Amino acid sequence: MKAFLILEDGHVFTGKSIGSNKEVVSEIVFNTSMTGYLEILTDPSYAGQAVVMTYPLIGNYGVCYSDMESKKAWPDAFIVREISRVPSNFRSEASIEEFLKANDIPGIAGVDTRMLTKILRESGTMNGMITTNENYNLDEVITKLKAYTVTGVVNKVTCTDKRVTTHEEFTPTDFEKAKMTYMASPAMRAAIEKAKAADVCLGEIAMASMLGTKGVELLEELAKNQEMAKRHFKVALMDFGSKKNIEHNLLKRGCEVTVYPAGTKAEEVLKANPDGIMLSNGPGDPAECVEIIEEIKKMYDSNVPIFAICLGHQLMALANGFKTTKMKYGHRGANHPVKDLETGRVYLSSQNHGYVVVEDTIDPEKAEVRFINANDKTIEGLRYKGKNIFTVQFHPEACAGPQDSEFLFDEFINMMEVNA
Amino acid sequence: MPKNNEIKKVLVIGSGPIVIGQAAEFDYAGTQACRSLKEEGITVVLVNSNPATIMTDKDIADMVYIEPLTVDVLKQIILKEKPDSILPTLGGQAALNLAMELEECGFLAESNVKLIGTTSLTIKKAEDRLEFKNTMEKIGEPCAASEVVTTVEAAVAFTNTIGYPVVIRPAYTLGGSGGGIAHTEEELIDICTNGLRLSRVGQCLIERCIAGWKEIEYEVMRDGAGNCITVCNMENLDPVGVHTGDSIVVAPSQTLSDKEYQMLRTSALNIITELNITGGCNVQYALKPDSFEYCVIEVNPRVSRSSALASKATGYPIAKVAAKIALGYTLDEIPNAITGKTVASFEPALDYCVVKIPKWPFDKFIMAKRTLTTQMKATGEVMSICTNFEGALMKAIRSLEQNIYSMQYGDYTKDSNEDICEKLHQIDDRRIFVIAEALRRGISPEEINAITKIDLWFIDKIAILVEMENRLKTEPLTKELMLEAKRLEYPDRVIASLSGKSEEEVKQLRKEEYQITAAFKTVDTCAAEFEAETPYYYSCFDSVNEVEAPRTKKKVLVLGSGPIRIGQGIEFDYCSVHATWSLHKSGFETIIVNNNPETVSTDFDIADKLYFEPLTPEDVESIVDLEKPDGAVVQFGGQTAIKLTESLLKMGVPILGTSAENVDAAEDRELFDEILEQCCIPRPAGKTVFTTEEAIVAANELGYPVLVRPSYVLGGAGMQIAICDDDVREFMAIINRTVQEHPILVDKYLMGKEVEVDAVCDGEDILIPGIMEHVERAGIHSGDSISVYPSQSVSEKIQNVIVDYTRKLAKSLHVVGLINIQFIVYHDEVYVIEVNPRSSRTVPYISKVTNIPIVDLASKVILGAKVKDLGYGTGLAKKSDYIAIKMPVFSFEKLRGADIGLGPEMKSTGECLGISKNFDEALYKAFLGAGVNLPKHKKMILTVRDADKLEAVEAGRRFEALGYEIYATRSTARVLKENGVSAIPVQKIDGESPTIMDLLLGHEIDLVVDTPTLGRDKSRDGFLIRRVSIETGVTCLTSLDTANALLTSLETAKTGELSVVDIAQI
Repeated sequence: MKAFLILEDGHVFTGKSIGSNKEVVSEIVFNTSMTGYLEILTDPSYAGQAVVMTYPLIGNYGVCYSDMESKKAWPDAFIVREISRVPSNFRSEASIEEFLKANDIPGIAGVDTRMLTKILRESGTMNGMITTNENYNLDEVITKLKAYTVTGVVNKVTCTDKRVTTHEEFTPTDFEKAKMTYMASPAMRAAIEKAKAADVCLGEIAMASMLGTKGVELLEELAKNQEMAKRHFKVALMDFGSKKNIEHNLLKRGCEVTVYPAGTKAEEVLKANPDGIMLSNGPGDPAECVEIIEEIKKMYDSNVPIFAICLGHQLMALANGFKTTKMKYGHRGANHPVKDLETGRVYLSSQNHGYVVVEDTIDPEKAEVRFINANDKTIEGLRYKGKNIFTVQFHPEACAGPQDSEFLFDEFINMMEVNA
Repeated sequence: MPKNNEIKKVLVIGSGPIVIGQAAEFDYAGTQACRSLKEEGITVVLVNSNPATIMTDKDIADMVYIEPLTVDVLKQIILKEKPDSILPTLGGQAALNLAMELEECGFLAESNVKLIGTTSLTIKKAEDRLEFKNTMEKIGEPCAASEVVTTVEAAVAFTNTIGYPVVIRPAYTLGGSGGGIAHTEEELIDICTNGLRLSRVGQCLIERCIAGWKEIEYEVMRDGAGNCITVCNMENLDPVGVHTGDSIVVAPSQTLSDKEYQMLRTSALNIITELNITGGCNVQYALKPDSFEYCVIEVNPRVSRSSALASKATGYPIAKVAAKIALGYTLDEIPNAITGKTVASFEPALDYCVVKIPKWPFDKFIMAKRTLTTQMKATGEVMSICTNFEGALMKAIRSLEQNIYSMQYGDYTKDSNEDICEKLHQIDDRRIFVIAEALRRGISPEEINAITKIDLWFIDKIAILVEMENRLKTEPLTKELMLEAKRLEYPDRVIASLSGKSEEEVKQLRKEEYQITAAFKTVDTCAAEFEAETPYYYSCFDSVNEVEAPRTKKKVLVLGSGPIRIGQGIEFDYCSVHATWSLHKSGFETIIVNNNPETVSTDFDIADKLYFEPLTPEDVESIVDLEKPDGAVVQFGGQTAIKLTESLLKMGVPILGTSAENVDAAEDRELFDEILEQCCIPRPAGKTVFTTEEAIVAANELGYPVLVRPSYVLGGAGMQIAICDDDVREFMAIINRTVQEHPILVDKYLMGKEVEVDAVCDGEDILIPGIMEHVERAGIHSGDSISVYPSQSVSEKIQNVIVDYTRKLAKSLHVVGLINIQFIVYHDEVYVIEVNPRSSRTVPYISKVTNIPIVDLASKVILGAKVKDLGYGTGLAKKSDYIAIKMPVFSFEKLRGADIGLGPEMKSTGECLGISKNFDEALYKAFLGAGVNLPKHKKMILTVRDADKLEAVEAGRRFEALGYEIYATRSTARVLKENGVSAIPVQKIDGESPTIMDLLLGHEIDLVVDTPTLGRDKSRDGFLIRRVSIETGVTCLTSLDTANALLTSLETAKTGELSVVDIAQI
C-alpha cells in the first residue's frame, strides 16, 4: 500500500506503507545511527516524534526483544529508505515490520531519506503527517501540521508505580552471559566460580568479566573483601522516560534501584534515604515540566549525590534558573564527540536531544561546564559547584551507540561512596 | 595537545614496488600524509623504490629518494639528510619492518632519530605473535587458541592438542604470504615448512581454525592523548578463511546488531588503547554467527589496504589525520576537511552502502589456482557506492571490466543441481555467480548458507537480483519494473538482453518515456547532518539528485583507469592525477571518474569533482547528462579510458587530444600498415586473421616463430610466441575463449633489441624526453623487461632513425598529447612493433629521471599549447647525467600454479628503480630494489633451452669466475663442460638424488636460471622447477639477458657504500 509523508513546508514523499496503516501527525526528526534501530524505537525520549533513519538499510538483523530499551515502541512513526526482506541474526525473533504492526506504529519505506534529512537540516525540525489516504487535501493538512505541538509526553512515558529492583535481580545481557561463560578464559572462569561462591553479586561479576587480567584480580579481591562485595548503594531513579540500560548499569554496579514515577514528590524520594538520585532521560520540551522542576530543586537542596542524563540534565539546569532552548534539528545519532574539559579527553557518545542548555544562562557561581560538543561546542555536561551533582546531555548508557562514557556511572558510584 | 614543534624534518618510508598484498593504497596514504605534513611546514624526505608513484614526485616531498628499500640505503639517507623523525606507518608492512630493523640495531638512537606515530614497542606488541597474544589475554580480548612455533615438530605437537583443521600464519610477512589452512598433518608440515622460511623471524602461528565465522574489520584512530574513534567497520561477505584482500567487503557491517557492533567497537578501542597506538590501526575479528563469541584475528598498527578502503568508503582521510596525530595534534584539534564544520574526533555516519570486490589476475594466469585462501591473490580492487546493497554489488561487478554486467556469468547448462552444490563448496572468485545459479535453480538460501556459511542476508540480496532477472524475462517492461531494475542497478544492456529489446530501445524508454535517470548524492561523512564542502559523489536511482552542476568555467572529464591489474597499474593513476592538476591550473573545472579505492585519483581533493562510479558507457553518460562537460581526456587512463572514446563521442563529448580515429588507426592493422607505408617505416611482417585456419596459413607464410595476439588489449594479454602449427591452434583456442570483437594479429617474430620512447606531440613538433632500451631482447613484454635510460648500446645513427620515425608517426597519426612507441633494432634496422597514442607505463619513470613533466606538458598541448613554447625544446631532449634502470617486480609466490616464464604477455605487478651516475651501480640498485639479493651459498642451477646453450656457456663462465658452483641438467652440463666450464650434472625431478628438486628443497641454492622453450612451454619439469624455486624463495630468471645483466651487476658490485640520489635535485 502506498503511504505519504507530508511535511509542514509542503514537501510530499511517497513510499510504501509499513507497520500500522493509521494516520499520524508528529514532529519529524532524523537519527544518524547505522545500527540500533530497535533501541531507538523503544527509547521513550522519542515519544511525540516520528523518526527518520538516515542509514538506508533497516531491519537487517531483525528484532531481538531483549535489546528493547523499554516495554514498547514510542515514536509516532518510523521513516526509512528500505526495510530488509529477510532479517538475519541468530537472536532475531521477528521482523521489524512485524514489530511495527504489533506496536501499532505506522511507517513508510522507500523514502529518499537523505533528501528528507537535508530538508530538516536546512529548515529545522518540523511537523509532518504520515497517511495512506491518497486523497488528502494538502492545504488542510498543512494547516493542521502548523497547529500541532507535542505536549505532556513525560506523563505518557513514565511508569505508573514505584518499583524496586535489588542487585540480586540483575539479569545479564546476552553478551554479558557470553563473557561470563563460554568466552571467559580459564583463569576468569575460576575467578568467577570463586566470586560466586563468596556471594559476590552477579552484576559485579559481569562487570569484571569484561576486564581481562584486571577483572580476575578484581574478582579475587571481591571474593576476599566481603565488605566491598556486600556494599549496595540505594539509588532513586526518577523515570522521565528512562532507558532500560540506565537501570541495568546501576544494577551491574551492585546498586539497589528504586524507580519512581515522574510525578513523585521529592519528599517521598528523600524519605527513603537514597544514597544517590538518578534523573533519567525523557521526551519533550524540558521547560514544560514545571512541577518536576520544583521537585528537582528540593533534591538539589538535599545533600544526596545526583547524576542526570539528557532531560534530567536539562531539568536540573532549569531548576537552577538556567535556560534551555530548542535546537534547529537537534543531535540524534551515535557519533557525537563530547569533550571533557576537565581532562581534555574526547569521547564518542550516543545522543538524542532537541533542546539544549543555553551557555550564557549558566550561573558560573552555581555550575561549570564539564562537557561540550566538539563539533558545535554546545553544552554537553555540567558540574554543580559545592554539590555532588553532575549532569550530562548525552547518553552514557549508550544503546544504541558507543559505550565510551559508561565510566560516568562509576563516577556516580564513587560520588556516593565519598558521600557515604 | 598542539603540534610538537621539535619535529621539523620527517623521513617518510614508502612501500616499494607494487606486489600482491601491497599495492597502490600506500601511494595514496603516503601522498596524503606527505601533503598533510607539508601543510604543517615540515620538511619531508621521502624514500620509495617505486618510480610509478605520485608520492615520489618532487611536488609531494621536499627530498625524494627513489632508492632500494634496504636498511643500508636508509642509513645512508638518514646520515645525509639528518631528519629528526621517521614516520614508518604509512608504507605498509615493508616500511614498518625497515623501521623496526633500524630501531633494533640501535641506529636510530645513535643518529638521534625518533619514530613518530607509533612506537617500536607498540609495533612489536602488535606484530609479534606471542607478545600480541599475551597482551590480548591481559585485557580479556579473546584470540583463537593458538601457539607460536619455530619448528615444524612443535606445530604438529600443538595441533594434536587442539585438533585439525588449523591455520598457519607466518610472522612478519605481507599479504599473508606463506600462510594457509591445514586439514591433515601432511598439509601442516608442508605449509609450516614454507611459512617458517618466509617469516622474517622464523615464527609461525598455529591457530584454531575459525573458518566460516563472520569476518569483521574495524578501522580505528587514536591520538597521543588517548582519544579513540572508529572510522568505520566493514563486513566481509566471504566468511573467515578467505584473506580479507580477496573477500567481497561491505561497509558498514550489515548483519550485526547494535550489540555486536558495539561489542566489537569497544573491543577495538580497548586494543588500540592497550597497544598505545597513535595513528591509524586496523583490527580484524572473527565473529561466530550463532553466538557472541568472537576472536581477534589480527591488528595492523599502521595504515593498510583496509584503511584506504575505509577512507574512500566514508570520506574520512585516515592517512592525513594519522600524519597530524604523529605531529602531536589531538583528534579534536584536526578539522574534518569534508564538512569544514566538524572535527576529526567523530565517527563517520554513512547513509549508503559500499561494496568492494577484488580484481584477481586469473585472466592472466590461466594456469594459476583460483582457490581463495588466507594468502591474498588479488592485484587490485574496485569499490562502489549505492543506497542499497544489491545496487552496490551490481556496480562493483561491472567496475571490474570483466565483461560481466549482472549476476549472470558462467555456463552451467551441463551441471546438475548436485554439481552446483559441489561447486558451492569451492571457494574461488566465481563463487558468487554459482550462488546466483543455485538460487535460480531453487536451491534454498538455507542450503547455500549451510555450504558457504555466507550470511543469509547476503544470499537473499543475491536472490533479489536473480528474481529481477526472471521478472525482466517474463513481465512487460512497465515503468515500475524499470524503476525497480534500475534501483537494483541493472544496466540498460542487461535489461535489454533479458527483456528481448535492444539497449537503445531500453535507454529510450527509460529516459524519454519513463523519465528515469540516475540521481547523484554526496559522500559527506555525516549522513547529511551537516553541510559538506567536498564534492565527492555517487549515483543511485529512485532518489532526488542533489548535485548541482553550475557552469562557471570550462569543464573537462578525466577518465581514470579502474582497478590495478597486471598491465594497467598505478602508472595510469599517476598520469590521471597529473593531468587533472595540469588541467586545473589551466583554468578548467576538472571532473574525475574512477572506481579504485586504492588510488590517489579518488582522493577527494585531487579534482574539482570526484564521481566514484563504474567506467562503463552508461555510467559515464549519466555523469555527462548532468555535468555536460566541454571535453574529455581519455589518453591518461590506460585502456579503460580509451575504450570509452567511441561512447563519449556518441554522447557528444569531444575528446581532447588525439582524435578517436587516430587512436583507432594505431590499433587497426590495415590502417596502421598504410600509415607505416606512407612514412616508409618498416615493421615485422604480419597478418590480420579471424579464424584458426587463417592463423595457421598466415604463420606459415610468415615463417615461424610468429607472435599471435588479439588486438585492443592491454599488457600483451593473450600474446604468445608460436613455433609450430600446434602452438597456433592452442593459442587461438585460448584467445577465442572470450568473444573477440576485433581481429587477431599474427606477426613475424624478430629477436632483436627492444627500444621504447614516450613523446609529447602537438601534431607538428615532438618532444622525446629520452630513449629507453630493454635489457631483454624482443619476445619479453616491455613491462617485464629491464629498461635502461638513457639507452646504452644504441648508436647515434639508430637514435636519429628512432627520433625520425617517432616524429613521422606522431604527425601521421595526428597525435595531440602523448604517444608511446616500441621499436625493435634488428640487424641495424629499426622496426616499429607497437604504437600507443596514449600515456604509457614508462611515463612516470621517464618524467622523474629526466625532470621533464611529460603529463603536464601533454595536458597543455591537449588544450592547444605548442611543444616549442613549453620551454623544454623539441626533438630528443638532452641526456640526463643519471642512468636510471627500471626493474620489473613479480608476485609469483602468491599465485600457486602460475608459470613464471617470461614471454610476450606481461606478468609483473610492479617495478622499482635503480638510479646512479654509474651504469653498474644503477643496475645493482635496481636488482637490490627488486629484492634480488643473492645470499651466501654461491650455488646455482642452470638449465637452458637448446637455442640458448651456446650463450649459456658465456654466462656459466662468468658465474664460475664469481665463485658459483653450477648445477646443470644433463644436456646443459655437457655443453658447459665441453666449453671448459665446470658443472655438476643433476637429474631434473625424477631419478637419482640429488635432483634439482632436492637441491631447491634443501635451501642451498641462491639462483636458478631456467629458460623455457619458445612457444607455450609444455615441459612439466621446467614448469615445476620454476614454481618450486619461487615457492622456496629462490630467485629464478627465465631469460639469459636478465642473467647477464645480473652478472654485470654482481661483477661490479661494490662492497662499499652506495650513492643515494635526491631526484628533486636533478
